[in-house]
Amino acid sequence: MLQILFDALSLGSLYALGALGIALIFGVMRLVNFAHGDVIAFCVFALLWPSTDAMAIVFAGQLPWYLLVPFVLLCGAGLSVLCEIVVFRRFRQANPATMMIASFALGFVIRYFLLMLFSSRPKSISLLPELSQPVEILGARLPLLQLITIVTTMVILIGLTLFLRQTRFGLEMRAAAENFSMARMLGVRANRVIIGAFALSGALAAAIALIFGAQTGTLDIQMGASIMLMAFIATVIGGLGSLGGAVLAGFLLGAASVIMQVMLPIDARPFRDAFVYGAVILVLLFRPQGLIAARGTKERV
Amino acid sequence: MSLLALSDITIRYSRLTAVRNVSFSMAEGEILFITGPNGAGKSSLLRAIAGVTPVAGGRIDLAGHEITGQAPENIARLGFSMVPEGRDVFGSLTTEENLLVGTGMHARERGWRSRAADELEAVYATFPMLKERRHGQAGLLSGGQQQMLVIGRALMTNPRLVAIDEPSLGLAPNINDQVYERLIALRAQRQLTLLIVEQSSARAMMVGGRMILMRGGQIVLDGDARTLGNGEAIQAAYFGYEDN
Repeated sequence: MLQILFDALSLGSLYALGALGIALIFGVMRLVNFAHGDVIAFCVFALLWPSTDAMAIVFAGQLPWYLLVPFVLLCGAGLSVLCEIVVFRRFRQANPATMMIASFALGFVIRYFLLMLFSSRPKSISLLPELSQPVEILGARLPLLQLITIVTTMVILIGLTLFLRQTRFGLEMRAAAENFSMARMLGVRANRVIIGAFALSGALAAAIALIFGAQTGTLDIQMGASIMLMAFIATVIGGLGSLGGAVLAGFLLGAASVIMQVMLPIDARPFRDAFVYGAVILVLLFRPQGLIAARGTKERV
Repeated sequence: MSLLALSDITIRYSRLTAVRNVSFSMAEGEILFITGPNGAGKSSLLRAIAGVTPVAGGRIDLAGHEITGQAPENIARLGFSMVPEGRDVFGSLTTEENLLVGTGMHARERGWRSRAADELEAVYATFPMLKERRHGQAGLLSGGQQQMLVIGRALMTNPRLVAIDEPSLGLAPNINDQVYERLIALRAQRQLTLLIVEQSSARAMMVGGRMILMRGGQIVLDGDARTLGNGEAIQAAYFGYEDN
């Protein structure tokens, strides 16, 4: 039982962090950033030295954790901000569909860039191996990593909430997410807020990359896309643009996946995702605006 | 020297021309009403000054700087504060957070924090109701309270010129009277320059000051609100009798 709970929480953590990264950017610029998953993949491969060999040449992955974590976070934030400056900034005035297509294209550019440097073969890496030891809690044996995933996610969520609620920059970001042009008329600098949102979103992508890399031990250039899909669904279910909703829906999706894995009859288990997506359709039929409708989008439509 | 000067402003939305070759200027301390029927281009004009609607031609100067084509956040820094139509409170933020959003632009100046705190107290003194609801969600305030909030919010940036788009929209007449009472008191207190857009000229005639009447994207009358208001010229201009 405890095992199921922890599985659900740690899978949900990944989805929640991913959904948060998407919701942050959607909030300030109404952009559904499909390149987010490829930023995750990029961060994972930042651990390696570029080579197309089957063997991974570990580079940053060898660093002690107190250097490794900031390095990867910086990679994610840096790439994300670069995307905004080089690509998305040109599309500020464009309609959301155009921006979405641009983000798709950008995602493929990043993915093929990785393909060029690293080839498409999945590589194995043992990232922070000391975390894979099991620990015993209340009679259940849990991988230490799972515990750390959950704790890290909670720390990130609390930290982000404090940042948004208590700091001036957080206030400006929340105002801009709700009504961008009104915030600008009050002197809030558009570029600063957008770059801030991209940096945060990129750092969240990096956090996912670290957790995912440590959990699976295999690096694959497609890996970002699968998390991205779930995370995107979580942002929609949560109510596009609502940060709280995105996190909540991320955890719900994680829980749904794990519970179905356990509860479904054995024969149906390979089709687990079909059931999860079926549940998604049901939720959207009853609450098309998402679980927590974001104010900014509601009033705009 | 004038605080605000528009010369030959034209605003287009794709093929529709909303404002055509409009010029006027405002002196410091003046109160100016822009009135006119729906679709006369009043709001477009305000939005162009604020920098959120691009102009197709002409030039705008504010406090000695050309602001044509400038970003809204830079125009705000020159002392222009806008209360847009429909109020646009940040509904998910608290009342106090709404008031504080605009104070960040002075964050590079020394002592801005204490000045922002003073400013906050001044706004609360003018609108005590806002202080009562300071930690409540702004989206839950009534229409009249929201109107007071956005006026307070506009004042928090310590502006030289405040532009208000249709403060009467959606408010009961007695609430509207209260809003104007506060506005006029504030103007006297702070030597504010006020630019107010209203659909009807009745309010302008009551308050006094200068009035510009627009129709079809152009200025048709410009003069003292009280003298203009009593003439038949205003009715003709407002309803466009001369066209028929």
